[in-house]
Order: sequence, then structure tokens, then C-alpha cells
Amino acid sequence: MQDRKDKTAPVNKGGKNSDNRITRDIICFVILGVLVLALLVCNLGLGSVKIPVRAVLGSIGIGSAEVSDTARGILWQIRMPRALAAFLLGGALGLAGYLLQTFFHNPIAGPFVLGISSGAKLAVALVMVFFLGGGIRVSSWGMILAALAGSLFVMGFVLVMSRHVSNMAMLIVSGVMIGYICSAITDLVVTFAQDADIVNLHNWSKGSFSGITWENVAVMAAVTVVSLAWAVCMAKPVGAYLMGEVYAASVGVSVRRLRVLLVLLSSILAACITAFAGPVSFVGIAVPHLVKKLFGTAEPLVMIPACFMGGSVFCLFCDLLARTLFAPTELSISTVTAVFGAPVVIVIMLNRRKERG
Amino acid sequence: MGSCYLQTRDLSVGYHKEPVLQNVTMEVGRGEILTLIGPNGAGKSTLLKSIAGQLKPLAGGIYLDGRELSGWDRQELARCMAVVFTDRMHTELMTCKDVVAGGRYPYTGRFGILSDQDRSIVSDSMKKTHVSEIRDRDFNKISDGQRQRVLLARALCQQPGIILLDEPVSHLDIRYQLEFLSMLQRLVKESGMSVIMSLHELELAQRVSDRILCIGNGTAERFDIPQKIFSDGYISGLFRIETGSFDEENGVAELEKAAGPPRVFVLAGSGSGRDTYHRLQREGIPFATGILYTHDLDYPVAKALAAEVVSLPSGDAMSGIQLEEAKKLVDECERVIVCRDRFGPWEKINGELLAYIRKKEDRKYLENFHG
Repeated sequence: MQDRKDKTAPVNKGGKNSDNRITRDIICFVILGVLVLALLVCNLGLGSVKIPVRAVLGSIGIGSAEVSDTARGILWQIRMPRALAAFLLGGALGLAGYLLQTFFHNPIAGPFVLGISSGAKLAVALVMVFFLGGGIRVSSWGMILAALAGSLFVMGFVLVMSRHVSNMAMLIVSGVMIGYICSAITDLVVTFAQDADIVNLHNWSKGSFSGITWENVAVMAAVTVVSLAWAVCMAKPVGAYLMGEVYAASVGVSVRRLRVLLVLLSSILAACITAFAGPVSFVGIAVPHLVKKLFGTAEPLVMIPACFMGGSVFCLFCDLLARTLFAPTELSISTVTAVFGAPVVIVIMLNRRKERG
Repeated sequence: MGSCYLQTRDLSVGYHKEPVLQNVTMEVGRGEILTLIGPNGAGKSTLLKSIAGQLKPLAGGIYLDGRELSGWDRQELARCMAVVFTDRMHTELMTCKDVVAGGRYPYTGRFGILSDQDRSIVSDSMKKTHVSEIRDRDFNKISDGQRQRVLLARALCQQPGIILLDEPVSHLDIRYQLEFLSMLQRLVKESGMSVIMSLHELELAQRVSDRILCIGNGTAERFDIPQKIFSDGYISGLFRIETGSFDEENGVAELEKAAGPPRVFVLAGSGSGRDTYHRLQREGIPFATGILYTHDLDYPVAKALAAEVVSLPSGDAMSGIQLEEAKKLVDECERVIVCRDRFGPWEKINGELLAYIRKKEDRKYLENFHG
């Protein structure tokens, strides 16, 4: 009864194989961790004012280097919140992309292509114009809530579409279209808002990590860390869901509940990103694929934290380029992420075609 | 009822309140294989999905181990029931072993990390379905036959009391079909678990099943042992066979016979004529044949394809009645094909028929012995 063909297959001892896998996971996590730290230091040190590494470390209490007050001010008031925002929001983007790809069983899903970021952007722009026009400052939480309302609205639209179109390319196209509609309305709102405060909206609506305050950082840290922990706890059912809904249900997953949680969690993450940094393109699509290639596994328990760290690395790197490449002129973050992210998407699509033969 | 593991009572199943099947009452005992047969689209998959708890029944009840299915907790159910359905399993960078380990889901903790016990159950299950050798191969890069066995191993990992399989051998070649069902039969005997599966392979269903549920005309038409189901032309009715024929007793499926009065007479018997019958059918030539006992190897094919068959029940002696009938047909036909020239003592009449054929010099005849 033995299959003769099977015997040519390499035979590994089960234990050894799983040990190898764990070793690879650990190595990859260490690589990502080192990259995060290195990029954080670079982001703090590099810019129109160069601050040496020793001074950077000194200002956060490592070592005893003398730090000038100007440097200290630049570090604490501008660069540190910005770097932390890139770290947290980048992670949120990577994770949101992973969750959406899981939900739609679609490798090119992400908060930006599905229009969710743009929906959040529109809602935030409307709320800010309305309140700033009335002279009221909007808190970080208020911005997130507005963004959440916007992203859930678009998410609802995408879900309705997904029921009617089985073709995943069509789903993406409809997401991109609604994204354009939302962006157009946002531009209209921003253009006709004359108030000087609102002019700042223009930068934000293109996507940027500039102008982040410590209060913003505290709020986004709370949202992203809780979301990450929540996602890690969902790793087991997500793994079953990835194989197909019928099989997930057959091993006891409440598929409906899981789907609701996935939608909710990815919308919260997308809302958090958009509320503070505006729409950031391609990170959500590209990061999960890069991370999957790096780790060589699609196991959610590994992928979820890895996508978070991968997103952080990606955004820290891109923000560094956005700030320094043409300093003092700053590029919008999406300009840089698109340059690195879009080719990844093209490679994904080419590979899929190859697999289908 | 003591050994009954799963039963349905007056069950109606379907989508969006539209019943596909109504009044299904059946049961399957421990260590029994129940097979669902019936035409495409009759509702076999819908019934299996409902029994799996993935589709709410519209009316009636499903009882697993004496308890109504809706009263089962998800996880508890997943430990008692496993499925191998036709839905494609999506995997990415997953080895066969990873897929099989997925069956431990209802037993692992919050993060799904496998214990040593889980691991040994995974490797046992793979041994039972002969997939240990391919444990480290990518699940997407194995053959259909291997895939079904990996999915069966995954189902075994759930340590279920019952496994539901939807057309488990439909895409397999005959070797893998036999291998898969033999494996299933052995597992059922060893572990005492129950199996409900749908099969399109009627001859295999007839052999592997303890009981058969026939799905047709919006209900479970019959629920019985295979001998009773495969008799009296019931299968042809169930599948509404209009062109061609299916002979249940012998499991012989034949294409549509050529229409019209016979143009060729075939002298056959003892299996010598079947190839000739098929050739004539392919060429569209209606034929008559004889003289056959009804237990003859040629008889089921003759009955399905010949315009006329001169036959008699086994045990009777061939007599002048059959000879005259055959001679008349020989006279009416344009040609005669002789498939054999040696006859046993109990069919001397066939020898007389051959002599008659050879004597008719005005007529061309063809001797067409084996090969």
C-alpha cells in the first residue's frame, strides 16, 4: 500500500524539522528587532540637524555624552515622537494589511487599496474642518473615532461589494474607486477651507508622520498595542480560517464571529493610522509578503508580530528617506512607500500567474 | 438503537428557507459506513453540510450520540465529528504535516501549540493513512490521491466518532479509489467510528457500504442495505437513466443501443460476444444474439445492447423452441458473426445453430473467435 513515488521524498525527523523552524523564526525576529533599533537611532540622529549617535543615546539616558539644549529639544519635541509614530503606525499598517489579506483571502488587499484609509481620511477631514471652523480643538481620541467611523463605512461598502463580485481583482478595483471618490471629496473640503489651521490638513491628507505630539503617541501606542495583543490571541482561529471556512468551522471555529473581529480590528488599525498620519500606501500590502518570504512560513502566531515589526521597519526606513533625501524639503510618506511597495505588489501578481500556470 | 451513533428524524435541509431535501430519516451505527447516492444536484452535499452543523436544518432533528446537534458546543462537536469535503483547502507554505496537525485544533490551548501527545497523534494518523513519507512536502505540491489521504489523516487527528466525506474519491484514478476506500474500511473496523459519505461510484458504493441512503426527488427515497437498493431497476429510476442503461446486479453501465430491427446475428456465449456487441454498438448497427443462458457473461451486455436476445433461464435445457427462434433471426439478418465454435454438452443446440448458419451458402458469415 506504500506509495512508491513517495519514497523519493526527503524524509526528515519531525522533531528536528520543527526545531529548525523555531530557530529560523528566532533569527528572523532578532534581525527585525535589530533593524527597528538601528532605524530608530538613525531617525533620531539624521535630519537637517545631524546629531551624533552618542548624543542621541545620551539624551535618552544611555551613556554620559553632553547634549546641547537645541539638540535635546529637537530630539524630544520633534524627532522622538515622530520616530515612535513611524514605529507604531508602521506596525499597525503591516498588521492591518495582514488581517485584511486574511479576511478576503486576497493577497493584494490592504487598507489603502480597499479605500478604507481614504474613507477614514474623509471622515477626519470633515470633522476637523467642522470643529476647527468653530474654533474647537479635536482630541486624539476624537480623531480616531472619526477615522473609525469613516473606515467602517467604507469597509461596509467593500463587504457589500465582496458579496456581489467573486472576482478578487474586481473587489480591489471597487476599493480603489471608492478610495478615489473619498480622496476627491477630501481635497474639495480641504481646498475650500480657508482657515490657516486647515492648510496643515493639506500635508496630512497626503500622508506624513510630521507634526506628531506626545499626546498623539500615547493614544496611538494604546490603540496599537491593544490591537496587536488582541490579534495575537486570534492567531489560532486565524490559522484555521486561512485554510478555508468549511474546514475552520469543522474544527470548531466560530467563523462568523472571527470575521466580525477581523473587520473590526483591521478598521480600528486603519483608523488609527489615518487619524495621525493620513493615508499611507502599499505598506499594508507589501509587508506581509516580505515578512512571509523572510520567515518562510505563514503561521499566524509568527506572522502577526512579525508583520507588526516588519511594518515598523518599513515605515521607519521610508520616513527616514522622506525627511532626509531632499532636506529641508520633505517628501510625503506615500511617495517613498510607493517606490518600495509597488514593485512588491507587481512581483506578487507575477508569481500568482506563474503558480496558476 | 443501542449502537446508533447519528440519526436524523424528518429532517429538512436547504438554503434560504428553500428546502432541497425533506423528510430524511436515517441512522448510522458505530463502525458502520453509510453512503449517500443520487443524481447530481439532488442535495447530498447539502445534507452532509447540515449534518456537519454548518447549515441550519429547516425542520426535523439531527441527533448525535442521542443528543440534538444544536445542543452541542462547537469544540465538543469538533472532537466528535470530522469532515473531508470537496471545498479546496487553501494553504500557503504549509507541509502535509502542518495540515494534519490542524486537526488537533479542538484539543490545543489558546495559541494552538502542540503538546508531545498531540504530536504523536499527528504522526499516528499519518501512519494510518500512509502519508508519513510525504510529511514534509508542500501540501499544494502533492497528487490528488495523496491530498485526500492527508485530509483523512487530518480528520483522524480530531479523534472523531464520525467522519463525513463528500465525494472523497471523485477525482482519483481507480487505483487511488480502491486504496482510499479500503483504507477507510479498515479504519472503520479498527476504531469503531462511523462514516457518512457521498459517492458517485455506484459499483464502489455497493461494495463498501453497510447501508445506503438514496437521495432523489427532493427526499431520501430509500434507506436500506446495498443488496436491496441494487435490484429491480431501482438505480436506473433513481438516476432517471434515459439513454443507455445500468445493470445493478452486475454493475454494468452501457451506452445507448442502436435503434431499429436487427441487421446482424451474433452467435455468442460464455463471454465470447461482449467485445463484438460493443463494436456493433459503436458502429451503430442493431443486432440480435443467442442462444444465451441468463447467467452467461455475455447476457447483461446483450440485454443492454441487442435488439433481440434469444435466451433462457439457467438450469433449463436448450430446446427446439430457442433454436427455431434463433434460426428465424438468422434468416432476417444480413450478416452473421460467429464468435465461438465449441459448445458444452448442455448447449448442443448452439452447435445445431452453427451448423445451420454454415449451411446457408447464400449468406456471408464471419468467424470472429477471440481476438
